[in-house]
Amino acid sequence: MRAFSYTRASDVNDAVHRIGTPDGDGASTAADKFIAGGTNLVDLMNADVMRPRQVVDITRLPLDTIEETPQGGLRLGALVTNAVTAYDERVARRYPLLSRAILAGASAQLRNMATDGGNLLQRTRCYYFYDTATPCNKRKPGSGCGAIDGVNRIHAILGASAHCIATHPSDMCVALAALAAVVRVTGPAGERTIPFAEFHRLPGDTPQIDTNLRADELVTAIDLPPQGYAEHLTYLKIRDRASYAFALVSVAVGLEMEGDTITHARLALGGVAHKPWRDEEAEKMLAGKTAAAENFRLVAEFILRDARGYGHNTFKIELAKRAIVRALEEAAGKVQP
Amino acid sequence: MMSIPTIADPLPANASQVGRPLSRVDGRLKVTGGAKYAAEHNAPGLLHGYIVSSAITKGRITRVSTAAALASPGVVHVFTHENRPSLAWFDRKWKDEDSPKGSPFRPLYDAKIVHAMQPIALVVAETFEAARCGARLVEVEYEAEHHETDLRARRHHTYTPGNEKTGFEPPPKPRGDADAALKEAPVKVDAEYEQAAEHHNPMEMHASTVIFHEADDSITVYDKTQGVQGTQKYVCNVFGLPKASVRVLAPFVGGAFGSGLRAQHQLFLAVMASTQLKRSVRVELTRPQMFTFGHRPQTIQRVALGAAHDGTLTAVIHEAVQESSQFENYVETVVNWSGQQYKCENVRLEYKLARLDLFTPLDMRAPGAATGLPALECAMDELAYALKIDPVELRLKNYADVDGNSGKPFSSKELKACFAKGAERFGWARRNPEPRSMRDGKHLIGWGMASGVWDAMQVPASAKAALSIDGRLIVSSATADIGTGTYTAMSQIAADTLGIPMEQVRFILGDSSLPQAPLEGGSFTVSSVGSAVKAACDKVGARLLKLARKAHGSPLADAKDDAVEFADGRIRLKNDPARGISIVEAMRGEGIVNIEEQAQSIPNFLKHRSYKLGTHSAVFVEVRVDPDLGTVGVSRVVSAVAAGRIINPKTAASQVAGAVVGGIGMALLEETLVDHTLGRYMNHDFAEYHVPVNADVPDIDVIFVEEHDDIVNPLGVKGVGEIGIVGVPAAIANAIFHATGKRIRQFPITPDKVFA
Repeated sequence: MRAFSYTRASDVNDAVHRIGTPDGDGASTAADKFIAGGTNLVDLMNADVMRPRQVVDITRLPLDTIEETPQGGLRLGALVTNAVTAYDERVARRYPLLSRAILAGASAQLRNMATDGGNLLQRTRCYYFYDTATPCNKRKPGSGCGAIDGVNRIHAILGASAHCIATHPSDMCVALAALAAVVRVTGPAGERTIPFAEFHRLPGDTPQIDTNLRADELVTAIDLPPQGYAEHLTYLKIRDRASYAFALVSVAVGLEMEGDTITHARLALGGVAHKPWRDEEAEKMLAGKTAAAENFRLVAEFILRDARGYGHNTFKIELAKRAIVRALEEAAGKVQP
Repeated sequence: MMSIPTIADPLPANASQVGRPLSRVDGRLKVTGGAKYAAEHNAPGLLHGYIVSSAITKGRITRVSTAAALASPGVVHVFTHENRPSLAWFDRKWKDEDSPKGSPFRPLYDAKIVHAMQPIALVVAETFEAARCGARLVEVEYEAEHHETDLRARRHHTYTPGNEKTGFEPPPKPRGDADAALKEAPVKVDAEYEQAAEHHNPMEMHASTVIFHEADDSITVYDKTQGVQGTQKYVCNVFGLPKASVRVLAPFVGGAFGSGLRAQHQLFLAVMASTQLKRSVRVELTRPQMFTFGHRPQTIQRVALGAAHDGTLTAVIHEAVQESSQFENYVETVVNWSGQQYKCENVRLEYKLARLDLFTPLDMRAPGAATGLPALECAMDELAYALKIDPVELRLKNYADVDGNSGKPFSSKELKACFAKGAERFGWARRNPEPRSMRDGKHLIGWGMASGVWDAMQVPASAKAALSIDGRLIVSSATADIGTGTYTAMSQIAADTLGIPMEQVRFILGDSSLPQAPLEGGSFTVSSVGSAVKAACDKVGARLLKLARKAHGSPLADAKDDAVEFADGRIRLKNDPARGISIVEAMRGEGIVNIEEQAQSIPNFLKHRSYKLGTHSAVFVEVRVDPDLGTVGVSRVVSAVAAGRIINPKTAASQVAGAVVGGIGMALLEETLVDHTLGRYMNHDFAEYHVPVNADVPDIDVIFVEEHDDIVNPLGVKGVGEIGIVGVPAAIANAIFHATGKRIRQFPITPDKVFA
């Protein structure tokens, strides 16, 4: 960790005006940062990966409530903790997929600190990103990707580029992708909304930029649409140990069903790409299909059609297919979770 | 989730303390934060050191610039190879009590880089944060050289080590003709097994706090170590200091698993900074830096077994290739066990090392056995299937009453009882040997077993016992308690020897000024230090008896030595307990206020020479495997252990349960991954180096079978620190086979290997 200055924002407008971007580069590791739970940022500052000159404390801002939206959904304030969200009665009842995904992640202690807005902005767990002695285009653009020909067991199989094969580590975001949440943000120019699918980016040739949030924009809330898929759902997470590990592959599924037929489907994958991986074409394929393993396998093959392994992580391609089949079977009530 | 079962106290209230499942005497201090660890001791004006780690794996530093770091607020000094003080020259001065042959690593010695993340500078500052910030500002340029870190690539570039380390024995010469016997065997298995590199990763990071005493330039060092006197000797040798100037303390150690057996570099750096700056200094490693020294070495093994149709073993071949560093010849006993565990006339054992540009490996819980036994015990399971014989029965069929390597009988070996009691508790008799024969929903259930073995060792140790007129007994020795329960076990032995209540006994350890004790390792602390404690207390007892005989009207005046006993704070006649005299009375009568005796205990080499001394175990495991997704959960473990007399069944069971957790880690989770292009360990944190968490650990049932042994030592104890881990990885691998029909021979068995 390097010396940095600390300021506390008095309101949202004050917060966004305090953020400076050195050399106009918001993705620079030296860019100013908002701090809330700090469960990822402080770690990264300890590891010398993030070196903000200023952190702006937003923990006193009034963004810590869960409220009904006029459309019949829920609005999660950016500062509501992951734990409060997961155990909120309305969330647990109407959006059990979200509760389950949150509780599949991190540890109780971390969930008590981490905020919903921060969860969206957590950075990859790629070994090379964390180790400043190694090449990493995300940490140091132009330095190369150590993982592509290195140790890449936990890396991406979908949507990666020659510059970066990192994955997004969140569980919560996989559920938010499946639920098609909307992210509300405020910047110096005012408020705007970003559909969840457009919030995170693929690495392309700018892997240092994780999201389409501008450096001086603050996430203020996450809107959950009315449809919560509370009847037919699952969050399946496959990891090396039973708790406190990032997903090798995870699958969030929400279904609408009539009898044994799927009428509408939502499906997103975690642990496989630079962002939660939602495939709307695949979701359309599921509509009208009977809940049967062979149908699910076809969809799984389709979702992984462009998958590519890099050696250690090649197993994830088949694992992801099986996980999709299992998750759909669970959501459709064909097997017990 | 694991819970330590309540252990019934089998003894009547007024009987001896030894054998009782007492709670730790230091438990309260530990759970209330009263126990201070190496990095928790403070001193006025304490400085903090932060280590700069090398960015390359091999080569040399061509330039180092500390100007920016020195200009950073709070930074006091930056040590590098360019400005370090003059240090010892000869290798022998740098050896510690666990050094193998070779040239020990010397931090900041010169510009040479021999392993990734090598410590190359120490930034010392007024606060930890200032030191850390300064460390980021040290600029270093390197000239890199080609490195080799891939054991698979170097497996044929090996050498055969000799007697490189105390306690290590090279494999015995072949007996019979194992290769020919294997060829002729009607039933055989021949397979390759691999153990990944693991890092010890105790919860407490390695740290040294050096308190500088201005009055006489002496230092007190709080170190994370398994042996304070080894640390003291190392510091004195390296820095040319007299023993009187260096006191080392380690009253509490937050786990070690072997990582504290050697002097780690934070010790050197903290002492160097303190003695140079004449200030108190602390250096604590970060978690990633915990991956910059010794580790359980990666090992590739071949085990081939031949058998007659009735299961009689006719050939045993066990070959191992293991990593060592470029600068030391690390060795551990990997293959010898295969010539000892079963009766067989044709045995060939081979052990080779390949030099890699990684740090020297280091003893980690049951070093060698935890690597070699799993290969042998998986092969035995494979053989049992090839023969269609129950795995327990196959082991009984080839049971060894004599150590085949040495031809010596075992001083005691209740392994048969371990098989019997473990199998009974587990319900092994109900097992259908057919793979994939048990299913629960989407899970396949598997039952597997394996045996374990470890040496029962004893080394010289000393202890002091001081009894005061108020009936309090203080016993001390420079040993350690790395979470093992030394404080408690020693107190029990002392209390028993002099018949004094536990509350009046205090045991002191972890201070280099105390009577000599070995490193706490090898499972030999209770046998070694416990014997010394008993000897010291016996000497106090002998003096007490003399006093008691002299007391006015003493009922013991004519009593022979062996006719009396110490109990309930009294010295009394064995055959007439009512007749006796209290300890306090005996001392008061002669006006003695304090009795202090020191004793050394040395193993009875003459007696030991004719026997093989060891501990044994049988481990039974149930796993639940999701065959589609590859996830494995351990749902039941029964570990039956034969380890002589158990001083404290509660702390001993806790040791074995902890070792089972370590075994689950070995079997399913722990692996330090090397990027061979960079020559660097990559998953060097607790997010990506996976140790088992509570959710991975089921209830663990520990059984101690009765085992009497009057040859090992007068206490009849063998130690339980290592035996608990040895059989676990193979039992789990064998259970996975039973569940899935799939043999996985590479540890750890991660989901990718299971579902593929």
